Amino acid sequence: MDIFLQQVINGLTLGAVYAVVALGYTMVYGIIQLINFAHGEVVMIGAMVALTVINALAKSGLSPVTVVLAGTGCAIPVCMLVGYAMERLAYRPLRRAPRLAPLITAIGVSIILQHLALLVWSRNVLAFPQIVDLRVFHVAGARISNVQLAIIVVCVAMMAGLAVLVYRTRLGAAMRATAQNPQVAGLMGIDIDRVIAATFAIGAALAAVAGVMVGTYYGVAQYTMGSILGLKAFSAAVLGGIGNVPGAMLGGVLMGVVEALGAGYIGSFTDLCRYGWLARLIGERCADGGHFVLFGSNYQDVFAFAVLILVLVLRPSGLLGERVGERA
Amino acid sequence: MRRALRLPDRRAPAVFWSALALVAAVLVALPFALTHIGTAWVRISNLALLYVLLALGLNIVVGFAGLLDLGYIAFYGVGAYTYALLASPHFGLHLPFWVILPIGAAIAALFGVLLGAPTLKLRGDYLAIVTLGFGEIVRIFLNNLSRPVNITNGPQGVYRIDPFRIDGFSFASTQRFLGLELSGPTKYYYLLVVLVALVVALNLRLQNSRIGRAWEAIREDEIAARAMGIDTTRLKLLAYAMGATFGGIAGGVFAAIQQFISPESFVLVESVMVVSMVVLGGMGNVWGVVLGALLLSFVPEILRYSVAPLQHALFGRTLVAPEVIRMLLFGFALVLVMLFRPAGLLPSAVRKRELAERT
Repeated sequence: MDIFLQQVINGLTLGAVYAVVALGYTMVYGIIQLINFAHGEVVMIGAMVALTVINALAKSGLSPVTVVLAGTGCAIPVCMLVGYAMERLAYRPLRRAPRLAPLITAIGVSIILQHLALLVWSRNVLAFPQIVDLRVFHVAGARISNVQLAIIVVCVAMMAGLAVLVYRTRLGAAMRATAQNPQVAGLMGIDIDRVIAATFAIGAALAAVAGVMVGTYYGVAQYTMGSILGLKAFSAAVLGGIGNVPGAMLGGVLMGVVEALGAGYIGSFTDLCRYGWLARLIGERCADGGHFVLFGSNYQDVFAFAVLILVLVLRPSGLLGERVGERA
Repeated sequence: MRRALRLPDRRAPAVFWSALALVAAVLVALPFALTHIGTAWVRISNLALLYVLLALGLNIVVGFAGLLDLGYIAFYGVGAYTYALLASPHFGLHLPFWVILPIGAAIAALFGVLLGAPTLKLRGDYLAIVTLGFGEIVRIFLNNLSRPVNITNGPQGVYRIDPFRIDGFSFASTQRFLGLELSGPTKYYYLLVVLVALVVALNLRLQNSRIGRAWEAIREDEIAARAMGIDTTRLKLLAYAMGATFGGIAGGVFAAIQQFISPESFVLVESVMVVSMVVLGGMGNVWGVVLGALLLSFVPEILRYSVAPLQHALFGRTLVAPEVIRMLLFGFALVLVMLFRPAGLLPSAVRKRELAERT
């Protein structure tokens, strides 16, 4: 089996999800320069709502695809509502406030959402019902499951849809105008409040779908799942250049692949027994095919963050981010 | 009022000194009062004071120099682990604390520069994510450096850490002194109060010093600051190093008080918490930051002890787990405070002016 290709496939799957979540971060940031710390929790709520619906319908005799679609269909409006509500209540009143104030309310909202979810869905790790038969295809020595394929296809479709929305529709034009200059956009007759609310809702809808996909992929959901996922996705958005829509897509996919490759290879690369003179230095632990692994696969997150830091040090505004003129 | 709260100038009014004496008297008497409510409260106060130290350290980076740091807890962790490894049976080392604390502070400062140097060019949110990543990296290392060579003992953490000790005088044991019973936590409490007072004084002096004004200039407009001849590179690194030093010292004290540390104490949520303290209190304003830290560490504890009895009184039974309610209320408090006081509870003079100008 080709480990490299396998890790790339796993990475692409995960990266596609990261990209979709990252879009939510980047769109909000592009328009109001806010890191929406609670976005990861929206993903979690999406997964939880879908899980509840799928569980309820699992024995109804409907076809698995219909059940998953129904779950997603319920998760999307709930998440959109959550996204809209938090913009309306926690961020809109602070639009003219000092920059860090909305960051703190975002943290507050994130705590609230997490613990509301804890109230509703308990603190247990919930098993995501496996109603779709897992089928595995073999491609050039690597395995790819139908779930992975579906995730990649859906993500690509959603990204394409979003690109059309942002670059081809009136709402998209209004969003881009607001991102460039809210005051002038307002003077041109754009209802800025509506555009911003729409941005939050769209991001939340994407997050809902991402939540369902993550849940199906890993087979579990828990009320804390949003934070680490949000963190990764946010890193991905920054990696691509925050505020930049194609950047978030690129950053997400890259983040996923880097992480998967890192997890797959870091252990064997840092096995000191592979290197002749070091192996002699270590001696007995390397004898008989022993290992002296400096960094095992539990360092995979370090790898992801290290790449992020390295990229930002070399390109301070991310891969596709524009070099913002320093404000005078 | 604001003027009076600054460190006194030469013509300090008598009011200032009497207020100071009053505060000092309250601080001295507090642990005895708290012991009556429950000994746990002295420990809680100690943790709150540690948070005050952390918040004041972070305030240098975020409040003075305007560099958003979301990985600050890493320095706390570095300080704590330095102390733990040099004064516990883990390596069989038992150095005295006055040797280790400076070492821990120095190592933390080194980490601060390590973080600061590559990120000098980054701005705003890019800086935030890099510091966040840095904090996570440090935590993951602490969590995993137990193999192949056991350095940090991994997720189990380091235990049986030595308390502070000067000859026969140990901070951990109970003693009778002038007819008063001094428990271990009470002794640490006094130590922490002295430490906090020192750091507060240092912060106040820094604020209007040449360095403090240079930081303020960098925060407001880095290019203009450079044009005015401020060495921005050196001063930004100095801010990181200084903030990290305070974090490192607080970490050392934390390790000695708890006598046990594990990577779980140095997670992202803790960094976020310290940032919240700084911003909620009013960043850049030393007294605001102290207030923010005290509020955010005491309020959850008070809720912890009052939510369950309150539910019993109202409904006759516990409807919702107190832990959940505590965090929910905490989240709402964060949101509401920021909605009603966007510049923090006690905004610094500069922020207040900015806000007035914009609206």
